Amino acid sequence: MIGYIFRRLGVLIIILFGSSFLLYNLTAISSDPLEGLRLSRDENAKFQIAALTRTLSLDVPPPLRYFIWLRGVLGYLVGQGTLGATREGGTVVEQISQAIPVSIRLVFMATIIAIILGISLGIISALRQYSRFDYSMTFAAFLMFSLPIFWVAVLLKQFLAIEFNDFLGDPNISLPWMIIISIFSGIFWSGVLSLLDRRAYITFALASSLTFFTLFLINYLNWLERPRLGVIGLALIGAAFAFAITAISVGIEDRKTLRASLVAVLVGLAFYYPVQIAFKWPNHNLVLLGLALLTFLSANLIGRLMGGEDKGPTIRTVTIVSVIFGILTILDRLMQVWPRYVRLSDVNYRPIPTIGDGRIWLEPVGYWIRFLDSLTHLVLPTLALTLISFAGYIRFSRGTLLEVLNQDYIRTARSKGLTERTVIMRHAFRNTMIPMTTILVVDFAGIIGGAIITERVFGWRGMGTLFNNAITNMDLNLLMGVFLVTGTLAVLANLIADLLYSVMDPRVRVGAGN
Amino acid sequence: MIESRDTVGLTQGQIIRKRFRQHRAAMVSVFTLTVLFIGVFTALDWRLLGIEIPGWWRYNHTDILELQFENCPGGSVGCPTIDLIPFIDGDGLGWGDFPFGQDDIGRDYFSLVMRGAQRSIFVMIIIGALAATIGTVIGAISGYFRGWIDAILMRITDFIITIPSIIIGSVVGYHFGNLGVAFLAFYLGLFAWTGLSRLVRGEFLTLREREFVDAARVAGASNRRIIFKHILPNAIGVIIVSVTLLMAGAILLESALSYLGFGVIPPDVSLGLLISTYQESFSTRPWLFWYPGIFIIVIALCVNFIGDGLRDAFDPRQRRGKVFRSNNREKK
Repeated sequence: MIGYIFRRLGVLIIILFGSSFLLYNLTAISSDPLEGLRLSRDENAKFQIAALTRTLSLDVPPPLRYFIWLRGVLGYLVGQGTLGATREGGTVVEQISQAIPVSIRLVFMATIIAIILGISLGIISALRQYSRFDYSMTFAAFLMFSLPIFWVAVLLKQFLAIEFNDFLGDPNISLPWMIIISIFSGIFWSGVLSLLDRRAYITFALASSLTFFTLFLINYLNWLERPRLGVIGLALIGAAFAFAITAISVGIEDRKTLRASLVAVLVGLAFYYPVQIAFKWPNHNLVLLGLALLTFLSANLIGRLMGGEDKGPTIRTVTIVSVIFGILTILDRLMQVWPRYVRLSDVNYRPIPTIGDGRIWLEPVGYWIRFLDSLTHLVLPTLALTLISFAGYIRFSRGTLLEVLNQDYIRTARSKGLTERTVIMRHAFRNTMIPMTTILVVDFAGIIGGAIITERVFGWRGMGTLFNNAITNMDLNLLMGVFLVTGTLAVLANLIADLLYSVMDPRVRVGAGN
Repeated sequence: MIESRDTVGLTQGQIIRKRFRQHRAAMVSVFTLTVLFIGVFTALDWRLLGIEIPGWWRYNHTDILELQFENCPGGSVGCPTIDLIPFIDGDGLGWGDFPFGQDDIGRDYFSLVMRGAQRSIFVMIIIGALAATIGTVIGAISGYFRGWIDAILMRITDFIITIPSIIIGSVVGYHFGNLGVAFLAFYLGLFAWTGLSRLVRGEFLTLREREFVDAARVAGASNRRIIFKHILPNAIGVIIVSVTLLMAGAILLESALSYLGFGVIPPDVSLGLLISTYQESFSTRPWLFWYPGIFIIVIALCVNFIGDGLRDAFDPRQRRGKVFRSNNREKK
């Protein structure tokens, strides 16, 4: 195993060497960094050319110049490496270290949402294969495959930012919209449950009337202007999640787990007011970290105390419920500052911005306002990225689950008389996740690379922007720096994915063939 | 069991064609795409070897016409005259003078979109053809001969696969964009074959161990004959499917590059470029933004569905009815 890893690492280094050599020469041959200066009539141009030639070693032919760059990179092994200077005079490392956090912030959320949404929809549509739901999901996935992201982004900017902001100015959902949304919700849920008899209509009626009632309540309470959850909202939503998560993970008939997750919700509610005070403490990050830790600890404790003989599943369920409840509590806190946020003169009743990653505040604002502000800036790019990336997860998880459901061990599990939920969640879903995981690892490594087009459309200054600038300014060192980071991560992620695969699937032995 | 009765007396090709015809979405896509191709490529005038072939549309994308502003909403100019609301508003369906409106300087936007679609389809086909050829040849050689040839070819594939295609496209496109759309398509194709070559290699590695290859070798067939006459026909399904999906990706890549300014550059036209040029005017003249986008989506969607249909047709594991339907069980 160790030998295999080292052998693979050796191959990785060769690959990185080869591809960086290729990219370096391709760029060096196709671009002339002095082009602008040669054409300029400035008297200093000659000196500038000379200076730039010296700092970037332009007098050395590209294939050899690559090795000058490589020497700088390899210098990191002995502690004095360099990725070279950018054309503006800064260092590449500096620029990249500023860009990486921005890219992570931009893409992380979208990736998480895309994964959760994509996998769940994919699994549902696999379980309802060849139903109307499956066909519409397939169509939706193909449609999203075919969407150019810049086109979607402009649409989102128009309809979500501009018109949604207008809507929030006077938030009142009109009756036709309420009816349309309710009907869609009814169709969706009866599709998810995919019953073929009378119950389909009942599901439809239930889901659509529930949606209609919720929308009515939102209007009636003027919720969009003053959003809040409060203790009652948290209790209701928390209990709903407790039931849902228990039903999915261990089955609703497992009373002790259901009780334990309800207790977790109760504990969360009991701590609602103390937590509100804790939120006011000056060191916010520390408080949030502490609360997160407490959440995990209490979940573990409740699971252990109430889990009975088979604690594992109970602890897992309670932890998921507690984490969701924690997120809801933070959401509640953000909703409390929402009216104030909207009224701020810098926001001026236009809460969803179309550009940038944060506002420049003219007035002093608190931690929660800033938090909310960075979230509102994330809304549009996250939506755009989620839209184009989750189609892949739908298709892949659907295909994998269908393949798994055809396996003999699924038939065995069914013939043992296990419930359908156990067969799907324990036997099928877990095996579906094996190939999924390897894809997820690679995708997460891609996060650092940023999103070239999305960053451009929404004006974020992440890795994609750096790359863009590097090309338009013919800044070879910067381009290579960006490539080195993203390329290394990509090949490493592939290695990790292969290793993970062999850990999770004992049938696959790494290095067996070599 | 119905399946096995069907296969009696049918060749492999017939079975595949039959299965493909059963894929409704793919058939609709084939029809749409064919109509679209013919319509797009005959709309404008062609000048071939000095001979003018007139197109069916009254304008060309280079004609600069007077800007129309009659009946335009909100004081905008050059609005589309296409009427898609059938008879409800009293005047039925109609094209009008400028169905998609006019651009800033009065050029007919319908002609521009047609020209852009021609460019995009052209790029897509060149990339597909080039990637299919290179990918198949490299994959076939490396899977068939194995050993050091395989090692070298696969390392080169790895080198290229590590660099995202949008980076390669941007780097070369930014500097050689003025060489025209054919060059753009050509070099994108030069880097697009890597995934395919890995797939083909995998297929060849398994197929070369099969008995019919041994039989051919014993009969004295040359390597070239075994590769092209015996193994390749068996791997053709994988190749066709993945080239189709690659082409759908290619049209999006071209439009993304053009959007970034690294692809097709003015005065030439492409769908991505049109969107990029007019994205700012979305709130005042949305049609300049809608139509090129819709064309990209329709083309990519159709190609994707055809790819899906082909996969279903070539891959017998995906046959219908075999997979357990879980809702039967739930109703118990």
